[in-house]
Amino acid sequence: MSDLRELYQEVLLDHNRRPRNFQKLEGADHTAEGFNPLCGDQVTVYLRMDGDVIREITFQGQGCAISKSAASMMTQSLKGKTLAEAETLFGKFHDMLTGKPGEWPEELGKLAVFAGVCEFPIRVKCATLPWHTMHAALLKKGERVTTE
Amino acid sequence: MTTAGGTLAGRAREVARGGGASGFDVQKIREDFPILRQRVHGKPLVYLDNAATAQKPQAVIEAIERYYRAENSNIHRGVHYLSEQATQAYEAARAKARGFLNAAHDREIVFVRGTTEGINLVAQSHGRTFLKAGDEIIVSGMEHHSNIVPWQMVCEATGAVLRVIPIADDGTLVLEAYEKLLGPRTRFVALAHVSNALGTINPVKRMIAMAHRDGAHVLLDGAQAAPHMAVDVRDLDCDFYAFSGHKLLGPTGVGILYGKADLLEKMPPYQGGGDMISAVTFEKTLYNGLPFKFEAGTPHIEGGIGLGAAIDYLRGIGMDAITAYEADLLAYGTQVLAAVPGVRIIGTARKKAGVLSFVMDGVHPHDIGTILDHEGVAIRAGHHCAMPVMQRFGIPATARASLAFYNTREDLDALVAALQKVREIFG
Repeated sequence: MSDLRELYQEVLLDHNRRPRNFQKLEGADHTAEGFNPLCGDQVTVYLRMDGDVIREITFQGQGCAISKSAASMMTQSLKGKTLAEAETLFGKFHDMLTGKPGEWPEELGKLAVFAGVCEFPIRVKCATLPWHTMHAALLKKGERVTTE
Repeated sequence: MTTAGGTLAGRAREVARGGGASGFDVQKIREDFPILRQRVHGKPLVYLDNAATAQKPQAVIEAIERYYRAENSNIHRGVHYLSEQATQAYEAARAKARGFLNAAHDREIVFVRGTTEGINLVAQSHGRTFLKAGDEIIVSGMEHHSNIVPWQMVCEATGAVLRVIPIADDGTLVLEAYEKLLGPRTRFVALAHVSNALGTINPVKRMIAMAHRDGAHVLLDGAQAAPHMAVDVRDLDCDFYAFSGHKLLGPTGVGILYGKADLLEKMPPYQGGGDMISAVTFEKTLYNGLPFKFEAGTPHIEGGIGLGAAIDYLRGIGMDAITAYEADLLAYGTQVLAAVPGVRIIGTARKKAGVLSFVMDGVHPHDIGTILDHEGVAIRAGHHCAMPVMQRFGIPATARASLAFYNTREDLDALVAALQKVREIFG
């Protein structure tokens, strides 16, 4: 049970139950849809940019507790960040989930609750799907993102 | 053949208790499956993902090992001793598959890689040759993607149109709608014998007769049926029947396509290569006869032999005894699972094989799968390659526990206990 509690931390379960910024964003200038064909998880990320800065970010979709809470917490951590900061954070988040050695950088902040996911390799894609989708939205790639 | 009666279940209860007339002793059967002895995350393995693939009995493992230790050789062409041994073993496996399906002739039994390849063979060879623009192909709403996509490809290539039989709320097919879909344009019907996502046993004999009235041919996807019940292709009168070896205790990468000889004769080869020819010149190639016309290249010899051993093993126990035991297990599983607060079973047809697809309030199936795994309970979470079924029921995915005759009531109790852990974590 102990490592399951590591995975399903209270913060994560709270975001799963009450996802933040869980709505369509009117006036979004960047959007993309992400999809995990293995499990059917689907997420749409909406962004409104102010020059180089993410002014608003929201999401909609359906998925497991990991993907939903990851999307919810991503929107919280990216609001107000620059493009470059968002990409850096994605890189560090990805490193943490794939078990790259080293300390979790401080800037990950609350996102460190996802550290437990790296013990569950099959679930890493759940946590990174919203981030990949955000990345695609910022690049203005029109096509759907998939985890495969 | 099917599991309708309480009598079968009653008999299974009897035999499960005291090893009745048929001698169904599940504990003894479990000893035949070495993998079931292991522990996962420190817990005894409870394997409930049998619809994905079944575990292998010692007899199958040994048959494959024996082949490589004593018989390995290429088949059909060698004049030496080993080649003769291997050819005999491989062709004996074909005869076993013929007997298993009660087909009339060995030449109606084509070795393929699995159900998927069997369906693709029929779609590409029969469908693309004999269908034309405006013809209609009927599939059901509960098909696995492998019995949808090959037909969509045929439609794309020929201009034929795909029609779909809808599913009722209990997970049965709406036969009145099927009746209306059938007509002079219907050329082909492709149906799941048993649904992998819902467990529904479709009334295929009746549906085949209905299609035949309009002159349409029928293929049955038997992937989820053949491991669980006696199949008699002549009684069903299906034109094609496909199943996979690995869901039937055999190895992966091998399966069987049955086809009526007169239909197979008219179909062009699916792939070209060695073994499927009788003479080749650069001007013209003469194709081999059935079934070899459809078996290009060196086949999965070990796979065929392993599948033959699996069929022997199953027939040793008896398909009717297996059906009866699994019916009792399903009834028990349905009862204990439905009693878990917040659980809803998807697929509640009266005639079902051992599939328990379910959703749980407030918990995504993927999370259920991870937590159950930590309790040693292996199930599947997702759309089960049947996304239209998920759309039909308005859910993104289900958790699915699927049974085999080596499962026990204790396995289902472990499933329910693990679901309590899910509730503890998710509240």
